Amino acid sequence: MTDLTKLTLAEARDGLAKKTFSATDLTRAHLDAIEAANSALNAFVLPTPDHALAQAAESDRRIAKGEARPLEGLPLGHKDLFCTKGIRTTACSRILDDFKPPYESTVGQNLWDAGAVMLGKLNNDEFAMGSSNETSAFGPVISPWRRNGKDGNPSTDKLVPGGSSGGSSAAVSAGLCLAATATDTGGSIRQPAALTGTVGIKPTYGRCSRWGIVAFASSLDQAGPIAKTVRDAAMMLKVMASHDAKDTTSVDAPVPDYEAALTKGVKGLRVGVPKEYRVPGMSKEIEDLWQKGIDWLKAQGATIHEISLPHTKYALPAYYIVAPAECSSNLARYDGVRYGLRVPGKDVTDTYENTRAAGFGKEVRRRILIGTYVLSAGYYDAYYLKAQKVRTLIKRDFDLAWDKVDVVLTPTTPSPAFAFGEKSGDPIAMYLEDIFTVTVNMAGLPGISVPGGLSSEGTPLGLQLIAKPFDEETLFRAGQAIETAAGRFDAGAAWWTGAAGARSQQAGAKAGKSGGKS
Amino acid sequence: MQVDEATVRRIARLARIKITDAEAKSLEGELSGILDWVKQLDEVDTANVEPMTRVVPIELKQRADKVTDGEIADQVTANAPMTEDHFFVVPKVVE
Repeated sequence: MTDLTKLTLAEARDGLAKKTFSATDLTRAHLDAIEAANSALNAFVLPTPDHALAQAAESDRRIAKGEARPLEGLPLGHKDLFCTKGIRTTACSRILDDFKPPYESTVGQNLWDAGAVMLGKLNNDEFAMGSSNETSAFGPVISPWRRNGKDGNPSTDKLVPGGSSGGSSAAVSAGLCLAATATDTGGSIRQPAALTGTVGIKPTYGRCSRWGIVAFASSLDQAGPIAKTVRDAAMMLKVMASHDAKDTTSVDAPVPDYEAALTKGVKGLRVGVPKEYRVPGMSKEIEDLWQKGIDWLKAQGATIHEISLPHTKYALPAYYIVAPAECSSNLARYDGVRYGLRVPGKDVTDTYENTRAAGFGKEVRRRILIGTYVLSAGYYDAYYLKAQKVRTLIKRDFDLAWDKVDVVLTPTTPSPAFAFGEKSGDPIAMYLEDIFTVTVNMAGLPGISVPGGLSSEGTPLGLQLIAKPFDEETLFRAGQAIETAAGRFDAGAAWWTGAAGARSQQAGAKAGKSGGKS
Repeated sequence: MQVDEATVRRIARLARIKITDAEAKSLEGELSGILDWVKQLDEVDTANVEPMTRVVPIELKQRADKVTDGEIADQVTANAPMTEDHFFVVPKVVE
C-alpha cells in the first residue's frame, strides 16, 4: 500500500470513495506517524487516538452505506485554541490547566458534522501570541524543514515552524495529518504556512464563527485551514465557514463552492503589486520570489499593476496597540475562580495576582501589560483611539486599490524560517515577522499564503495574495495559478521519526537535503 | 523612557499580575521600547478620521429577549478549582 500520510486531502477523499483504503487505515497511518514523530517535533500537545479511531469507524460505516459526507473519514489536526467538548483545551497556556470545555467550537462542530476525524490537539504559541511557537507552555514545535548544511548534509539547527499555528504547519508539512485547523490574528496562519511549504488561508473577518475559539484579539481573530495544497485548503474552508447565531460578527452569507473556483484560471485578473511592500533591507531572494510570482500570474493571463498602500508601515505599530488592548481585556477572565489554574493567596486579589503571574508566560504577560497601559486613564486617546483611526486609513488604502485591481500579490514573510532563539531576545524583531501579513487583519480582508520556492538555505518561502472582503474565491483561483507554476515543496526524508529515524539518520539526512520540489 | 518602574508596578496591579522586583526592572525597558516604537503613529495625520469600529459593514444582529440556554450549573462549575453546591469558592471578601 502507498504511504497514506503522503496523500493530499483531495487524494485521500478520492481513495476512500474508491474504497482503495478505509477511513480506519487512513487514521491509523496518521496516528502511527504522530507517535513516531511527536517526540522530535512536538506538534501535538494531545493526540486523541481512541477518539479518532471511533470517528473513523463511524466514517467507514457511512461510506459502506453510501452516505459519505464532504470530509468523511479524513484525519485532521486541531489547534489547541479551539474548544473541544470533553477534551482538554489549553490554548497552550498553563492558566487553563486541565480545562475540559463542556461545548464544541462551531468550526470544530462543522468539521465533525462533515465527517472529519480529529487526530488530536495541536501545539501553538500561548494564546496564539507569537511567531515562532516558542511561547507555548508545552515547549516549542520543531519544523520538519532543515537548512542546507556546509558538508552537503542538512544542518541540524532546529528551525521554527512559524507561529502561532506552528503545530498546524509542522504537522501538515511532516505528514502527521492531512490538513489542520489554525487561527490568524496578525499572520498566525499565513506565516507558519510560508515557513513550512504549506498553504494557509485567513478568510475575511466574519467568514468563520469565532464561537468556542479561545479569544485573543476579538476584532482581528479568524479561523482558517493550513493544508498541503490550494485545493485542500478550499475543501477545508468550505466546511469551516458558516453563519453562526452564537457569534454576532459572523456573516450571514452563503459559502461558495471554493473548489469550483480552482479551475477558473487567472486570465484577465488584475493583480496589484504594492510598492510600499518593498521595505528597506528586503533580501534579494524575497524580491526574486516576488518577481517570480508576478511572472507566473502574467504568463497565465493576469495583468500586473503597481498600486500604493501608503499606510502600510503603520499597520504593525497600530496592531501592537489594538491587539494587546483587546488581549488584556479578553484575558481578564482568567482569574483562578471559574476554571483553570488557581494559586491561592492571602485574599482574593492576591489569589488573582498569584494565579495570573504563575499561569501566563512571559510574552502573554508583556502583552497584557502593554494593553492595560494603552487602555488606562489618560492614555486611551493617545494610543487605542489613535490606532483605530490609523486602522481606518489602512482599510481605506485597500478600498481605493480595489478600484484598480482584483487581488494583491506580496511576499508572506520578510525572511525564511529562523532557528530557535535567533529572534526571541528582542520582541520587536519577532513582531516584524508579521510585517506583510498584519495589514490584512487590520483591514479584515482575506489572505492566502502559497509556497513559491526555496530560499538559498533550502527552506520554503511563501507568496501572499490578498482580496476584497468575502472574495476568497479569487484567492483560490490565483493561489492555484501560483501552485501550478511553482509546484509543491516537501520537507524531504523523515529525520524526525523516532527510533527508525535515529537508525537511518545519515541516509535520511542526505535525502532530506534534496527536500525540495516534488 | 516613557515607563518608569512605578508605572510598571501600577499597571501590573491594574492587570492583577504579581511581578518581582527583577521583572519590574526588565519590564521597564521592554515596555518603554515597545511604546517608543508604536509612537511612530504620531506621524500620521488622523485629524478628520473616524476610528474603526468594525472591519466589515454588517448590521448588528438582534434577537428576541428570550432565555435560550441555562439549567446547566453542573457544566458551568465543572472546571472550577473550588466549588460548593454550584457556587464558586473564593477567599473571604467581606469581613
